[in-house]
Amino acid sequence: MDFQVVVLAGGNSKNLTPLVSKELPKPLLPVANCPVLNYVLHQLEQSNLKDLIVVVEGEDAALLVGAWISGTFIDRLHVEIAAVPEDIGTAGALRAISHHLTAKDILVVSGDLVSDVPPGALAATHRRHDAAVTTMLCSIPVSGPLESGSSGGKDKAKKLGRYNIIGLDPSKQFLLHIATEIEKDARISKRILHAVGQMEMRSDLMDAHMYAFKRSVLQEVLDVKDTFQSLKEDVLPYLVRSQLKSEALLNRTPQGEENSTEKVSSQNNQAFISRILANASTPSFHGIYSENPDGSSSTRKTHKCCVYIASSSSYCVRLNSIQAFMDINRDVTGDADHLLSPNNIIGPSPKLGTKTTVGPNCRLGEGSEMGDKCQVKRSIIGRHCRIGSHVKVVNSVVMNHVTIGDGCIIQGSVICSNVQLQERVELKDCQVGAGFVVTAGSEYKAESLAKKEK
Amino acid sequence: MGAQKKGATARVSEDPEELARHPLQAILLADSFTTKFRPITLERPKVLLPLVNIPMINYTLAWLESAGVEEVFVFCCAHSKQVIDYLESSEWSSQPNFSVTTIESHNSISAGDALRLIYERNVIHGDFVLISGDTVSNMSLTQALQEHKDRRKKDANAIMTMVVKQSKPSPITQQSRLGTDELFMAINPVTKQLLYYEDKAEYSKGFISLDKTLIADNPSVILHNDKQDCYIDICSQEVLSLFTDNFDYQHLRRHFVKGLLVDDIMGYKIFTHEIHSSYAARIDNFRSYDTISKDIIQRWTYPFVPDVLCGSSAIKVERQGTYRASDVTLSRSAQFGSFTFIGQGTKIGNDTKISHSVIGERCTIGSNVTIEGSYIWNNVTIEDGCQLRNAIVCDGVILKSGAVLQPGVILSFKVVVGQQFVVPAYSKVSLLQQPTQQDSDEELEYADSTSGTGELRSDKLNGDIAPDLSETASELGTGGVGYIWTVFEGAYDEEWRHSVAPIPTDKLVKLMLDKDEDEELLTQDGNVISASRELKTDSDGNGSEDDGNEDSRDDYVSFEKEVEATFLRAVHENVKVDLAVLEVNALRLSYNMASVDCGGAIFYSMMKLAVESPHNSASELHRNAADIVTTWQKLLKSFLHDIDEEIEVILKFEEMCLESAKEFAALFPQILHLLYDKEILQEDAILRWADEKEGADESDKVFLKRSEKFIQWLREAEEEEDDEDE
Repeated sequence: MDFQVVVLAGGNSKNLTPLVSKELPKPLLPVANCPVLNYVLHQLEQSNLKDLIVVVEGEDAALLVGAWISGTFIDRLHVEIAAVPEDIGTAGALRAISHHLTAKDILVVSGDLVSDVPPGALAATHRRHDAAVTTMLCSIPVSGPLESGSSGGKDKAKKLGRYNIIGLDPSKQFLLHIATEIEKDARISKRILHAVGQMEMRSDLMDAHMYAFKRSVLQEVLDVKDTFQSLKEDVLPYLVRSQLKSEALLNRTPQGEENSTEKVSSQNNQAFISRILANASTPSFHGIYSENPDGSSSTRKTHKCCVYIASSSSYCVRLNSIQAFMDINRDVTGDADHLLSPNNIIGPSPKLGTKTTVGPNCRLGEGSEMGDKCQVKRSIIGRHCRIGSHVKVVNSVVMNHVTIGDGCIIQGSVICSNVQLQERVELKDCQVGAGFVVTAGSEYKAESLAKKEK
Repeated sequence: MGAQKKGATARVSEDPEELARHPLQAILLADSFTTKFRPITLERPKVLLPLVNIPMINYTLAWLESAGVEEVFVFCCAHSKQVIDYLESSEWSSQPNFSVTTIESHNSISAGDALRLIYERNVIHGDFVLISGDTVSNMSLTQALQEHKDRRKKDANAIMTMVVKQSKPSPITQQSRLGTDELFMAINPVTKQLLYYEDKAEYSKGFISLDKTLIADNPSVILHNDKQDCYIDICSQEVLSLFTDNFDYQHLRRHFVKGLLVDDIMGYKIFTHEIHSSYAARIDNFRSYDTISKDIIQRWTYPFVPDVLCGSSAIKVERQGTYRASDVTLSRSAQFGSFTFIGQGTKIGNDTKISHSVIGERCTIGSNVTIEGSYIWNNVTIEDGCQLRNAIVCDGVILKSGAVLQPGVILSFKVVVGQQFVVPAYSKVSLLQQPTQQDSDEELEYADSTSGTGELRSDKLNGDIAPDLSETASELGTGGVGYIWTVFEGAYDEEWRHSVAPIPTDKLVKLMLDKDEDEELLTQDGNVISASRELKTDSDGNGSEDDGNEDSRDDYVSFEKEVEATFLRAVHENVKVDLAVLEVNALRLSYNMASVDCGGAIFYSMMKLAVESPHNSASELHRNAADIVTTWQKLLKSFLHDIDEEIEVILKFEEMCLESAKEFAALFPQILHLLYDKEILQEDAILRWADEKEGADESDKVFLKRSEKFIQWLREAEEEEDDEDE
């Protein structure tokens, strides 16, 4: 397939501090002991999309990510790593690497997407409609764990306020309206309603940050609209808005390679009017607008904005908050364990002390050791961890090389790599940044612990 | 029909939970409270107008009867006497199991008034069907009624079910095939609840605003532009009391439906019922009259078609949808096109061609007449060689030989068109003069205030005006009788929209091109809005700010014009200064301007007047200006309260000298001095202005330099004063 994939992997996301750090950029954040980027790359590989550009924010992060990819996916994917400055937005990042784009269509996917929806399906939909842009929509995930929700409470409240309003045509193939995060009332253009007749407004769908663009359209928009920063908030709404009157294609030659709609040969008034009066069915509602009433050679065009709606049973979550991190970790070891790709190596069984129980939905990394009478429930423990006796780990994520002293109780928390928990530490709904040392006997609740930045 | 009816009534009575069973009732509004069918409705109520030779109300009543309604209340207002007389003499007064009761009102001006009156009568005891007397339908009410009742059981707030039907408006004219304006509705696809309703009455913007809570509450909402409102409503009793509670509700849709949709306190809900295979439409205007007539002839409304409805008069349906009464006298050489109706006792001459038309009873049509797409009612005489295209010709009209009706002509009762006369397109001709007072908001059908029937009135009027007309050779050619109604300004462009004639091609092309331009504007607008809204960066915020400035600029220009007009009027009519001040103040408030703007605008008007009064030299101009300033200084002064406002006047003057009134450029210092002398400008203001200008560009300082001497003098005077003070 003549598809180029751009994976927007991000860098040091502020939403995820203290989980991410200079040493551990967001793409490498382990989800069930496996970097989050792996999930996307694995799905792409499965769909036979092997020509990739991975865009990472920041040079250092790019080096780390590049090293990991070349170590893991060597000979399996053709990957280029591109480093872009931080905070230039998704559209900015694409603009920066625009000259690398050569294929007819570009698939843009966010590196933090954990999903079992095949990207190939999106690409196929895009090709089938010869669309300018195709976006993937999925059901809004149920956020927050069932019991401990306090750490995510804030995120949750925020999420409720921001939902997408998506307008679809009756066949649910075309995207007619998109708005994000509305404070005001939704404003829907009557023009598009005239064209399509009826539009379904959905507020239970989410833009999953996976898009297929026609390269020429994408580059044109990025060139012309140099203030656009975000794909989701600027580029996509712009394309949707202008789909009946495509400016993106106006200053191209009509015979260009990317004739987005059926080009209509000259027609005289009479024939055109009579067609409308006869209510002749056009292939789609775009058809009527792509024709030119005065019969002169047409430069007006329309472009199609399509959607691929993932089935409601599929899994599709973005790792863009700590809450989402907890949710995804819970899900991939639980309900959505089919996501775990085969290269998620499960090492030789860890050493367990006597009377230590490991419940279902748990992962233990290679080389980890646990003392006596420990309890692990619905948690993930990374590689080479040393866990003392009488330790309880519930609903938590423990990354690599963590040392946990005797008698610690850890609930709903994230413990990053190289953390040392001394004896009898009690943590509830906390995040402990990499390399942090928690002193013996301390108790924390819903706090974020991290080393001071040097 | 009978079988259907039995089924429906049986179902109602079998409803187990409805212990106290009420007969299904209907309210039929025999008045549309609009003026769209004028001038015809000046003489006969709309519901009695023939639709394929049968009065409209018969279609409605026949449908109600077949749909299982047992009691109908016919509300009559305009020409109520005619409606009552008609119903009493018709078969409807003596039907078993179907009672028709009339309710008469003389002062109702809207559907709201009608429903309030019916509420007072206390005749409705349960769910009822609300319909107007111009509705043609063959839908079965059973399912809609059942849905309504089921919803009521679950939710007592579900008080109304509206019937809708698929009908996509034309993409060019944005109106449906019935000639009604496009309609936007939002409907919940699962519950079918109506969430939003917008007809063209509030068409202004290119966007629809849906309330955010509406979207938050309904995960899926379908916005429809492809539905037609059939104006058949199944209502619960509460609807009547709601009209009484909200005494300002007039229009069923515009007030009542929208009122309920926005009011979330009472929580009343409206639902929709979509019909797919059956027919329902309301005759709203001449275009829908045309469309529905054709639908009837093409038998979409079966069983409500002419040959079934008047079974006795033996109308035969022939090939290609031609209907012919039994005793028609046809010349052998007359040609009948398809879809044509010819009523009883009509005579048609040689070589006459008729197609797609309805011709009523006892008409006499001569030879070589061409009739296309027209509706000719009863007792019409058309002499030889006439041509009619897409016209409506009412009872008793006489077309003298060779008369031509261009598309869209309406000839009201007993009009006579003279020989060879060509009635221009879209003309409305009546024996009655056009009512002179035209209130655009008027909702009232021409109410028959004198209790005499329209028929009598027109006779009387006919007698009165006929001599007049013949004297003046008439607007309708020699021997013609009738007035051609003038179309009100602005409405002319829209006349074709609701006419019986098809929309001319050139209009369509023009509309298409206009629309393109609109779209361009809209797209641009959209961009500006979204850029400032979505990017949230300062650099892009400018776009909207510029827009804001632009707007206020425009406002100011029109304000200035108004002030100028006011001032000129004051000058020419010698209005007292106090009154002029009041007027300008009123303008200021209505345009939301500051008094600074008033000062500037008045000064501008004064100087403009001075320039425009005749003068030969600069000194004369100066004198003109001096005169005006002297006369009106009080007016100007009353808007100059502080120094800033005075500076504004100087700036304004400067601007004028540069742009609109360059003649003043040479006189700048003199006028400034004049204003100082008249104590309009204080020396502080002038000096402040001078100081401000000191730092400006060289080009800006032209006038400052010119008035240097004067300012110098002012400064010295000030210093002297200061000295004296010391």
